[in-house]
Parts: sequence; structure tokens; C-alpha cells
Amino acid sequence: MNQPDPIAGHRVPDIGRALTIVAVSAGVSDPSSTRLLADRIAQKSIDALNAAGLRAVVTTIELGPLAVDIARSIVTGYPNEAAQAAIDRLADADAIIASTPVYKAGVSGLFKSFADLIDNDLLIAKPVVLAATGGTSRHAMVVDDQLRPLFAFLRALPVPTSLYAAPEDWGSPELGRRIERTAAELALILRSGVATQIAEDNWAGYQHQFGGSATRAERGIDDVDFDSDLMRLAAGGKPGSRAALRDAVRLDDPA
Amino acid sequence: MQFGVFSVGDIAPDPITGYTYSEAERIQNIIKVAKRADEVGLDVFALGEHHNPPFVPSSPTTLLAFIAAETRRIVLSTSVTLMTTNDPVRIAEDYAMLQHVAKGRLDLMVGRGNTVPVYPWFGKDIRQGVALALENYNLLHRLWREDVVDWEGRFRTPLQGFTSTPRPLDDVPPFVWHGSIRTPEIAEQAAYYGNGFFANHILAPNFAFKPLVDLYRRRFEHYGHGTADQAIVGLGGMSFIARRSQDAVNAFRPYYENYPIFRGSRLEDHMAATPITIGSPQEVVDKVLTFREGFGDYQRQLFALDGLALPVEVALEQVELLGTEVVPVLRKEMESRRAPGVPDAPTHASLVAAKYGDAEPRQPRPNPNRGDNLSGTSPYQDSDPAIAAHFPEAF
Repeated sequence: MNQPDPIAGHRVPDIGRALTIVAVSAGVSDPSSTRLLADRIAQKSIDALNAAGLRAVVTTIELGPLAVDIARSIVTGYPNEAAQAAIDRLADADAIIASTPVYKAGVSGLFKSFADLIDNDLLIAKPVVLAATGGTSRHAMVVDDQLRPLFAFLRALPVPTSLYAAPEDWGSPELGRRIERTAAELALILRSGVATQIAEDNWAGYQHQFGGSATRAERGIDDVDFDSDLMRLAAGGKPGSRAALRDAVRLDDPA
Repeated sequence: MQFGVFSVGDIAPDPITGYTYSEAERIQNIIKVAKRADEVGLDVFALGEHHNPPFVPSSPTTLLAFIAAETRRIVLSTSVTLMTTNDPVRIAEDYAMLQHVAKGRLDLMVGRGNTVPVYPWFGKDIRQGVALALENYNLLHRLWREDVVDWEGRFRTPLQGFTSTPRPLDDVPPFVWHGSIRTPEIAEQAAYYGNGFFANHILAPNFAFKPLVDLYRRRFEHYGHGTADQAIVGLGGMSFIARRSQDAVNAFRPYYENYPIFRGSRLEDHMAATPITIGSPQEVVDKVLTFREGFGDYQRQLFALDGLALPVEVALEQVELLGTEVVPVLRKEMESRRAPGVPDAPTHASLVAAKYGDAEPRQPRPNPNRGDNLSGTSPYQDSDPAIAAHFPEAF
């Protein structure tokens, strides 16, 4: 899959395979400026990747048509079929473009509800472009104040430049330049293979849920580390030192 | 294969009449449901443990002891006994006593419990829930198998020279099921000891628990208790039965739609996506048979059918329909499909036979009180003299 890179030890994506980028848009009109922003980022990302010798395919998940599925999934406690299909697309993506409107000085509730359905380890080290649109430039920091911490919690890899489009930005070449810069950042991260490498080399170090939706989720006997302190305690309890066991205490989701 | 009923003893207002059972009524209703389950030939009645309203069974052993006296054949169990917030020493004592009172018609299912405040109320930390459950069971396992236990762990005061009394009936501990829906460590512990593994099989998509059950099966084999398909698996499930399919859906709908955890959900979605079985006896049979296709041959199927504010008359009718129209068919269908070599769930009789063959079971008889309310370093007349109690030094 991976081929040797001039920089020793780095694995770069196989250029024979088209990278998949999934754009998630929480805009609700059609067309929405949120979708428009996502589309522009998508096109610039494809261009930047092509320039770097990589092929990419972008598909879009519109959250509006999934609104009822997302809400039902929240109250029933597990994703329904349509919501799970969207989650699976994120899991399989090489990168994500997250684009949401700003409502009431915050990210769209629809966007956050969808994010609430995602396994904590679904997007580990996944490159993400953060983008938002709003009715005034006064809300520009919503991207860095709300979207960035959300994806930090998910241990994703947001690109350095955030994007925000207020009405006046649609007439400004500055927005286009920022999009190009963001796309270039994404292309560099993807081309370097660092995202894959972070996830692959450190996967066991993150907290996971057995049987989850993440592409590398533990699903069977071959994925599970039976040598952990808790597993040794499970097998009759020869836990090593008491200190080691104390450290093995896992912050479990109580729900 | 065993079929039965499990209850968490919840109370909620009846959405049709507005009536809410008192705790006194609900306790009597649980007893009625258990007795009816026995009368119609079901194999298991299991009761949950909760320490907060609107649930009534805080003390499952007390309630099950009474039910034991009022029933003849049914095996009593729990769904679940909290392995995290209870002292494992008290579990050893209470359930051994219940096992004697029930004359062996007892097993139990141990689990973590997920009601957050219960942990601090009992002086525990939910973030240590997995480690608590694992360590506490390790101790419980020894307390039922060793006359004299010296022990030290993280969560409980150490034990020196401790004998859990009474010793299990016939010196054969109750069979233990480990209940879990997400935790591979719990599946591993069940496999390590050769105990049963139970997935509650509710409130989650069809076969969501299969990876965990499969992990348990593979590790059961790894530890040499038998092949993976001989591992002892139990599944739960919710059900509502009526002779005509649409009657079942119509009668159940208000109870479903008004129950707190289902508000905002659609019954049809829930029926399609999860193991819940609402319909005619044949539909329930067909759905349960899909469980076997997905999970393999298994040993125990429990149904939750007395909750969600159903009036007791309806719950009793459900037990009746389950026992007379569903389970007899399922017994035949499951039996005819079962692969050779797949065992039944252990019972007291089968465990006694496995341990003693034709010999008489051990009946521990204590040595006399030495005057200090202790029976000395060997607590029973037949205790192994090599295993002596080392009591803590008092002074």
C-alpha cells in the first residue's frame, strides 16, 4: 500500500489510489453558503493534491436531510441506519472538510448533534479542515473557539488555517487565498502520510471502545491486548505491582 | 436450553390509566410474575438490583428467598448483582445462604451497574468500575472455593483467616454469569473461569454484542474449558406477545412511547433495528431463532416483559403466553438445530454430578467454638490441616 519515502521511516500514500475526502455540511438551505464554502475547499484541495501528484475524490454529506435520523439516534442511544452510513463514510475517509453555519454565536446544533454520535476514536489523527459561515464577521472565532476544541477532543488533526466566511468575504479575494492556503496545508499533511502514521503507530495508546465504528476498532480476539493490567486482573488477578494496577484504571464512559 | 424472565423491578405511571404502583404493590407483583413463570414451566426467573427509585429491588436475595419458598422448579437468578458497589464478602455470604434456602435453585449474574451516583453512595468510584468488578469477582470466586482465605487487594480491607459462611450448598458454588455489553475484560474474566457470559441484548442494534460474545467464546476455548461453541452464553431481550401481531404492536405502543428511555423513538424503528420481539407467538419464535443464527447455539434466553409500567395482569398474561405458546416451540426448534456437543447451562445438579460423580457431596461441619467465637485454624472437621487460618494479630 505504502511506498518508501525519501525521508527515512515515513510512509507516503500510494499514489495509485485516489484519496477520499468527505465534506460534511450542516447548511440547511439549498444551495447554502456553508455547502458553497465546503465545495470551494474541496475543489482547491483536489487541485493542491493533484499538483502534488495525488488523486482525490470528494463526496459530501449534507446533514440537513439526515436531521431526523440524527435526532432519533441521539434519543435512542445508537445511530440508526442512515446515521451509521454517514459515520462509516467518515471512518473510511482520508480527510474531512467540516463546514457549519454559525447560529446564535455557536456551531449549528445539527452539526454538534451529528458529532455527538461519532465514536471518540473514529477520527484519530484524521486531517480535518475547519470551516464555518455566518451572517457577520463578528463570529469568525467560532471556528477556533468551538470547532477546533471539538476535533481536538476527537484527537483529529485539524489543519492550521481555519476558514470563516461572512457575507462580505464572498466578494473578497482574501477568502480565496485563505482557502488555497488551507488546501495546501491539507495536501501536505496527506502527502506526508503523517496522519496514517500517527494513527497506526500509536493506535493502542488511545482509549477505544471494543466493537466500535473506527476503522481500526477492536472487533475480535486478534485486536485485543490480553497483557494489559486489567486483562491480567480479569484472568485471576496477578496484576504485577499495585501501582501498575492503579495506573491501569480506565476512565470509563459511565453511560 | 433455558428460557425465562428477567426483571429490573421498575415502576412508572401506566400511560393509559395514569396509575402508578406503590412499592408495596410492585414487590407483590414481582412475586406474582415469578410464581406464574414457575407455574407455566419457564426455567429461570432473574431479578435486578437497584439502589434508587423508581426501581424497587435493592435487596434481591431477600425477595428471591421468598420466591424460592413459593416456587417449585424454577431457577432463580439475578440481572444483575452489582459486582462493583457490593462487598464481595457479603455477596459470598448472602448468595450462599440463598443457595441453601433455594435448595440449589440459584445462580447469579454479576455486572458493573451504570447508575453513576450509586458508586459514590457506596463509597466507590465509577471510573474504577472495571477494576472493581474484576478484583471483587476474583475474591468472590475464592471465597466460595476455599474454606480459609487470606487476601489483599486494592479496593477492600484485607482478609486474614476468613471463612465465608455458610459454605456453598454441597460445597458447590452457584454458577456465575458475567453480564456485559461493552467490556472485553469482563468477557475475558468469564472465559478465564469457565463461567457464563450474558449480553442483555436490549437497547442496541441487532448483533451489536456479537463481537463481545465471540471474544468470550474464543477465550473460553483458549483457557481449555471446551470449544468455542461449547461456551455458556446467555442473551436477554424485550418482548410483547399477542395472538395477533397487530394487537401486540397496538397494545404495547403506549407503554413503549411513554416510557422515559424510549420517548422520541419509534417503535417500528426499534423493532427493525434491535432484538426486541413484539408480535405473534410465531413472530417471537422466528426472531429468537435469528439470535441463534447470529450468536451460535446458546444456553439461556431471558425476556424482559414485566416492566415499562405494564399492569401486572398484562405481565402475567405475557408470562403465560411466553410459557405456553412461545417457549414450547422454541425448545423444539432450538433442540433440533443444536450442534452435537453443545452443553446445557450448568445447574446445581449438573455441577454436583460433575464434582462428585456418584459420591456423596461434602457437607462441611464446623469445629467447635474455642470460646473466642472462632473454630480455630481449621474451621471444619474435614478442612485440610495444611491450609490453616492465619488470623490478624489483635494486639
